[in-house]
Amino acid sequence: MPKHTLSVLVENRAGVLNRVAGLFSRRGFNIDSLAVGVTEDPEVSRITIVVNGDDYIVEQVCKQLNKLIDVIKIKKLDDRDSVSRELALIKVGANASTRSEIAQLVEIFRAKIVDVSKTTLTIEISGDNEKVSAMEDMLKQFGIKEIVRTGAIAIERGNKYIKASNNDEE
Amino acid sequence: MEMTGAQAIVRALEIEKVEVIFGYPGAAICPFYDALLDSDIKHILTRHEQGAAHAASGYARATGKTGVCVATSGPGATNLITGIATAYMDSIPMVAITGQVSTEAIGRDVFQEADITGATAPFIKHSYLVKDPRDLPRVIKEAFHIASTGRPGPVLIDIPVDVQNGKLKFDYPKSVNIRGYKPTYEGHPMQVKRIAEAIRKAKSPVICAGGGVISSNASQELLELVERCEIPVATTLMGIGAIPSDHRLNVGMLGSHGVYTANYAVHHSDLLIVLGARVGDRAMARVSKIAEKAKIVHIDIDPAEIGKNIGVSIPVVGDAKTILKQLLAIVEKGDVEKWVETITRIKRERARIFDGIMEQNYVKPQYVISLLSDMLAQDDIVTTEVGQNQIWTANYLKVKKARTFISSGGMGTMGYGLPAGVGAKVGKPESRVVVVSGDGSFQMSLQELGTIKQNNLGIKIIVFNNSRLGMVREIQKNKYCGRLNQVFLDENPDFVKLMDAYGFRAERIMRNKEVQKALERMLEDDRTYLLECIVDPDEPTL
Repeated sequence: MPKHTLSVLVENRAGVLNRVAGLFSRRGFNIDSLAVGVTEDPEVSRITIVVNGDDYIVEQVCKQLNKLIDVIKIKKLDDRDSVSRELALIKVGANASTRSEIAQLVEIFRAKIVDVSKTTLTIEISGDNEKVSAMEDMLKQFGIKEIVRTGAIAIERGNKYIKASNNDEE
Repeated sequence: MEMTGAQAIVRALEIEKVEVIFGYPGAAICPFYDALLDSDIKHILTRHEQGAAHAASGYARATGKTGVCVATSGPGATNLITGIATAYMDSIPMVAITGQVSTEAIGRDVFQEADITGATAPFIKHSYLVKDPRDLPRVIKEAFHIASTGRPGPVLIDIPVDVQNGKLKFDYPKSVNIRGYKPTYEGHPMQVKRIAEAIRKAKSPVICAGGGVISSNASQELLELVERCEIPVATTLMGIGAIPSDHRLNVGMLGSHGVYTANYAVHHSDLLIVLGARVGDRAMARVSKIAEKAKIVHIDIDPAEIGKNIGVSIPVVGDAKTILKQLLAIVEKGDVEKWVETITRIKRERARIFDGIMEQNYVKPQYVISLLSDMLAQDDIVTTEVGQNQIWTANYLKVKKARTFISSGGMGTMGYGLPAGVGAKVGKPESRVVVVSGDGSFQMSLQELGTIKQNNLGIKIIVFNNSRLGMVREIQKNKYCGRLNQVFLDENPDFVKLMDAYGFRAERIMRNKEVQKALERMLEDDRTYLLECIVDPDEPTL
């Protein structure tokens, strides 16, 4: 099923994330990923949700989310017209003989080595879902010890803005 | 003016014109009860918090005002849950106030602590946990606004005991501004025009009227549309009363527990106008089949309901009353004579006649409800429990106007009818209130007889006693090869004696020929009365 990215502006209050997450489980919607953070307005948080489903499901998700009093605005982001990023920290096994090979891969992916030990390397990579997954695939051969991944965050291209106030474009 | 949080709650309720509260005190809500002593707001002490929530819901349905219930923290709050969920499923405006353990104790699992905002999240319109007494005026203002506008529903305000005891300068907001909550009332004019066009072209139109017609008080407008355009009306369970039951164009309740004429009309229509209904599974199980042939118009104030269960050709978001008014300004009648003739003929042929039942050894519930209908005035209110008693009443009661038939539709909550009757009677003291129940459901809120007694309410109770959980028994009989399990209530108490223990009058009848006189005795004065009717355990629901 196709993936859809939703940007949801919510009141920055206790319990809001619980309401949003609870709605997904109660209605049987599948969340691929969810990321939340405060916006330029400290009273507003932005949740980026990647949801799996057909048009009917996505429409239902949007409508049900809109019913939550704390939800201010929802926008479905068009893949072609938005930039999406995930961040991952990957701890991979490394020794004297593999270290340089890993470092080369890191360079190709424009990732970063953020920690080194005698037996491991920790790599920071950001990019869209595919890029992060590809990096992960390439590192598997060295033995991945641990992965931490964030959910996707996304923003529209160009001079369009999603704001709590009404105008989307300037 | 400086006052305590508890005083602020009471003051806010007064400003919201709350006349009565249904509740049950406890330690964590004591400051509120203390402040309530200095107010004119009436408090009805129920015998169980669930009864308080149901009573607030019955009150709201009968009066159209927002019902208010109050309970303490922990078990008091969790006991409200079934009542809150019942109100949510039927879109009933309600504000529930719960006490909570003090702010610094929250999360430590102290005595009588329960996360009630968390527990009610799946079936509440909105909830608040108030952590600062200064927020109380705004929160209460918002709660009443949210509960009663748009698609109505329950709102919970959880107030820790220290917040009730805290101090604030009371300043009640004049207006509400919630940026994430702006319900749409007016229908899009283009869409309304399309409905009018569809009605003009339709050969066999049907309106399916739901609870939205009642909550928006749109009966008058609906009647005008129906009579001007000659459109038959089927109702959902929640829509009963939207149009008088004996109106020639009312074809009755549709769905799996409805009547033939209503289902025939819906399935043979070329235009189905769903008005303030959510197309629930019990009302329209085979929706895709209907949609194959008919153009479907769906009018609802909740955009999330439109397209949820049925594909729609003309969706219109807005308030039923407002949209009907918009429609009435432009709508014209279509060519529907033949269709109306067919439908009225089928309705006539299908009318139930009670013949040769006088000598039978049991009481026929359908007959009781039919006779009762003829004896009630148009403002008298009937509430039901859930089970066979609900369906018998829904299909045989002649409801004369909106807000006089009160029943748990979406949730199907047994134990709803009696406390809802309490709420209805408190809200409409001039109306007679009849609670129709079964022997099973009656015993689920039996303790509220104490509430009726203490408040001298004068409620009429009909118990259809088949010593069974009749509807479950029927399911087991038909779908589980007759392997009946746990549906026998053979050791029921003697209901007449039980009523006597409360100082209420009661009688038991066994035959149909006793019904008329017994109903007359029940209704002859305004005292509480229970009429127990012994019903054949094999009596089917439909």
